[in-house]
Amino acid sequence: MYTSVKEIMEICEKERIPFWECVRKEDCAEQAMSPEENFEKMKKMYLAMWAADQSYDPELLSQSGMSGRDGAKIAAARQEGKLLCGDFIGLVMEKAVQMGESNACMKRIVAAPTAGSCGVLPAVLLSLQKQKGFDDDRMTEALYVAAGIGGVIASRAFLAGAAGGCQAEIGSASSMAAGAAAYLNGGNTEAIAHAAALAMKNLLGLACDPVAGLVEIPCVKRNVIGAVNALTSADLAIAGVESRIPVDEVFDAMRSIGRSLPENIWETGLGGLAATPTGAALRERLRNL
Amino acid sequence: MNLFDIVGPVMVGPSSSHTAGAAKIGNVARRLLNEDVAEAEILFHGSFLATGKGHGTDKALLAGLMGLAVDDPLIPCSFEIARQKGLKYRFGGIDLGDAHPNSVKLLLTGISGKKLELTASSIGGGRIEVNEVDGLANSFSGDYPTLIIQNQDQPGLVAEITCVLAGFQINIATLQLYRSSRGGYAVTVIECDDEVPQDVVAELAHEEGIVKVTYLSMSS
Repeated sequence: MYTSVKEIMEICEKERIPFWECVRKEDCAEQAMSPEENFEKMKKMYLAMWAADQSYDPELLSQSGMSGRDGAKIAAARQEGKLLCGDFIGLVMEKAVQMGESNACMKRIVAAPTAGSCGVLPAVLLSLQKQKGFDDDRMTEALYVAAGIGGVIASRAFLAGAAGGCQAEIGSASSMAAGAAAYLNGGNTEAIAHAAALAMKNLLGLACDPVAGLVEIPCVKRNVIGAVNALTSADLAIAGVESRIPVDEVFDAMRSIGRSLPENIWETGLGGLAATPTGAALRERLRNL
Repeated sequence: MNLFDIVGPVMVGPSSSHTAGAAKIGNVARRLLNEDVAEAEILFHGSFLATGKGHGTDKALLAGLMGLAVDDPLIPCSFEIARQKGLKYRFGGIDLGDAHPNSVKLLLTGISGKKLELTASSIGGGRIEVNEVDGLANSFSGDYPTLIIQNQDQPGLVAEITCVLAGFQINIATLQLYRSSRGGYAVTVIECDDEVPQDVVAELAHEEGIVKVTYLSMSS
């Protein structure tokens, strides 16, 4: 995997290939795989996201009873035209929560980059496909863009809440989705890089403080902010707004912030929301599960 | 790590470490046993013990022991499937000292009476590390066809082993050596790029100085 977005951009320029192809090329070399085979494998990931979205069960609750059924509420409110954010963002919110709930309810999802943040990319990509009518090949290309950004984050920082807080999960997912959305909206490599940087900047420092240590509160609903933040960041980049701090340096900042976060907000379930009176009471109740 | 560790794996939720990793550990253990599991004692350590129930760690591990993949939608029903199959299982807790927080010790008996003891950790993103097989320390990922060879600590044995593999054109990805004491029991762990055929495993087992060969195949 690449260790900087700068390197990807340089190769794109030198070889006159798009961002997504540059990402695929490196993985083909690493895995000794043909470009076609690699593309089919990535397309399968996209189709698995689509299938996971389709399989949402509006009645299901998680084992703990803390998650489920909220996605259906958002869908109903959207259909009734009640949402301030309108139909498109409403759809994004709905899909983000539904995927997070499916994950909490032990359904099949695509960890991208993690299970806790699995709603961000599908919410952005599936909603954009529905609105703009892109074909699955174009969506697969966008997924390559996301994966390339995620690979750089993994090599410069981390992708696990246990390693660096929620910024590493929802933050990374949002950054990946922002790059993908910028690409889908016709953005060049610079726009992709700025979108990824802007999205991550907004979520730096986010604590990983799950109640009772489970991937439920606040994880499920944080997928919404990851997805919506990705879209607004992509729009800023498409409008020509630039991140004054280059994307690779933003990822380095994520790493250094992660390192300096106290351990009780590294997915330990000991600090933040998990340590509130209500969070602690839920934990006690679940002990007897 | 590759691109499909970033976008992927496709898995049953809710946690790559506590659910997908647990299923993978079960899966690897079953393949090491090389037959269906008849009895399983599953002892959770650390975070697996503290939050495993809410993450479905127990269901996922048992599912893995029955050969279910990390993305099998039947993972939540594994208790029921085990009962139908007549697989006897028991969950418990254990203190493995300073082991990784997401660790488990498995005591397995196969349908032919074969036994296997294994300690493994889920190290994040669904990736795992096996730390101990039959009480002997080692370390491997379960991502490659792997030979775990218990042997006497004597000169030339590694050369003999690698010579057998070379004879069958099997490329070695990683090779690690562990031992209890000088001249005592040793473990040689070899991760290979290619599958090791059953007759080659048998040939290794017959080498002088080799006590036991356990093989992790990537097929089924």
